Amino acid sequence: MKVKKNRVHSPWGGFFFVLPSIIAMAVFVYGMIGFTLRESLQNRTNSYTEDVKYVGFINYVELWQDPEFTHALSNLLKFTAVFMIGCLLSGLIMSLLLEKGIKGEGFFRSTYLYPMAISFIAMGTSWRWLMDSARDADATGLNYLLQKVGLGALQSDWYTSEAGSMFAMSLPAIWQMSGYVMALFLAGFRGIPDDLREAARVDGASEFKISRHILFPQLSPTFLTVLIILGHISMKVFDLIFGIATKSYVTKVLAIYMWQVIFDFQNYAKGAAIAIVILLMIAVAVIPYLIYVNKTEEANK
Amino acid sequence: MSSDIASRVERKLDIRTKKKLDGAGQFWLVFRYFALTILFVIAALPIYIMVINSVKGITGVTQSAAFIPPTSLDFSAWGPTWEILREPMFRTLFFVVQSSIISAIIGAINGFVFAKWRFRGSTFVFTTFLFGMFIPYQAIMIPLTKFNQWAGIGNTIYVLVFAHVIYGIPICTLIFRNYYAAIPNELIEAARVDGAGMVRIFRTIFLPLSIPGFVVVLIWQFTSAWNDFLFAIFLTGGSPKLSVATTALNFITGSGNQVYYGNNMTASLIVSIPTLLVYLFLGRYFLRGLLSGSLKG
Repeated sequence: MKVKKNRVHSPWGGFFFVLPSIIAMAVFVYGMIGFTLRESLQNRTNSYTEDVKYVGFINYVELWQDPEFTHALSNLLKFTAVFMIGCLLSGLIMSLLLEKGIKGEGFFRSTYLYPMAISFIAMGTSWRWLMDSARDADATGLNYLLQKVGLGALQSDWYTSEAGSMFAMSLPAIWQMSGYVMALFLAGFRGIPDDLREAARVDGASEFKISRHILFPQLSPTFLTVLIILGHISMKVFDLIFGIATKSYVTKVLAIYMWQVIFDFQNYAKGAAIAIVILLMIAVAVIPYLIYVNKTEEANK
Repeated sequence: MSSDIASRVERKLDIRTKKKLDGAGQFWLVFRYFALTILFVIAALPIYIMVINSVKGITGVTQSAAFIPPTSLDFSAWGPTWEILREPMFRTLFFVVQSSIISAIIGAINGFVFAKWRFRGSTFVFTTFLFGMFIPYQAIMIPLTKFNQWAGIGNTIYVLVFAHVIYGIPICTLIFRNYYAAIPNELIEAARVDGAGMVRIFRTIFLPLSIPGFVVVLIWQFTSAWNDFLFAIFLTGGSPKLSVATTALNFITGSGNQVYYGNNMTASLIVSIPTLLVYLFLGRYFLRGLLSGSLKG
């Protein structure tokens, strides 16, 4: 009996191995999301609320009418657009420059990637100084540097003015993440078999045509991955902005606003509703992506 | 599979670049180095600023000289800053080491099952794990705080061990799953014929092959827990006796003290040193973690 069981691939052994993790995920990811969802439908709008009851979607309706929330949301969307486009372009440029192999590649690659290893609370100090808004004679940081190279007209308020704040805030974000995008694209480029290019080259295709018709089409899975990674990081952005501008109004995004609502105002219902909004914005992109990944893996089995 | 991806990225100069370059080829090579150097300067600027200004003393950072290295080294900002940061840094080290080791063990077990010992529905379960990697932690923070109070760890550093272990499960599982997927099934088949069961196969065949996987996961968890600010500020509630590297640093550099740049840059550098050292010496494993933590390369 025993011997027989061992010979068949015992189907439940693996299950019991991962059961503790399954329980942990069920409770601390899905259960707690459910708890937050419930909190967002209740009336615990300060720490003294005693008669806790369901109030439906009132908290969400109120969020929509809260100018600070809509401001944070529009900031987040602006940031996401600039950050994603900036990272994609700079990551792609870096990977194209390195793709064919060049002396010193390892050195360049490591410098482009090191920002990922440092906390943004630490890097925020440098960036806050670089993006100091003082101009002309008082200028420090980038404004000072711009004057020195004769581009004084380009001096900026950086993250302190309403108009450009989210553009300025995406600079450090792009600085931090483009090395990651570069690494993903490099891996993508180098996963394309060399004979594919050689064949095209023998047929007399130009380097540009090879990129356009062979390399880029092969890169679309990488491209999708990069979009998902950048998108979800952007939606959650917190310490990067907190490290530079703390709770400043002009750079407020949803995660910062949620933190403020919970800690400064103890408005748990509202904080929970903001958290659920962030979650939903991520889920609409990530769930289809995970299903797609799942399907392609099943197909490759 | 993941190590394949990493080795692809790490691939050295290939043959194509070694042939003799014509005029246009040489122009492009010069252009590439020029562009790479500009990008290098941009990438290095923030850390350069931090390093040179940390050795100018507490008040020695003047606006016009801030981009220029000091003529003499003045470490006077280091002593007092280290005094403030020492305790939080050791506390961080204490919890980060624990959470990384536990995470790696859990990741290895899960990764083995999802790669080599699948059960009915395991792909679905794995996908539900992966979703946990993408969630905004804001969405679990309120109940998690309550849970910690209820479990009696609310006012201890173990809240952070717990949080990083639990929410590290998806990424550690993914990295190990990708790592084990590259190990040939024939090894298992052979061991099976000899009558070995799952636990023995894992222990005697997979674990000994796992050292690079463990290094990747340990570095990943170490770096992300060391640099984490969100869990730290939510779960320790800014309590000074639970302050960790990032929250202590934020306390130093926070809005009231922004004028003391010499001090702030020094503090930021001190807090970054552990992760920078890890990156410097084990950067290739860091890259592997990044790539195999990204689902598809």
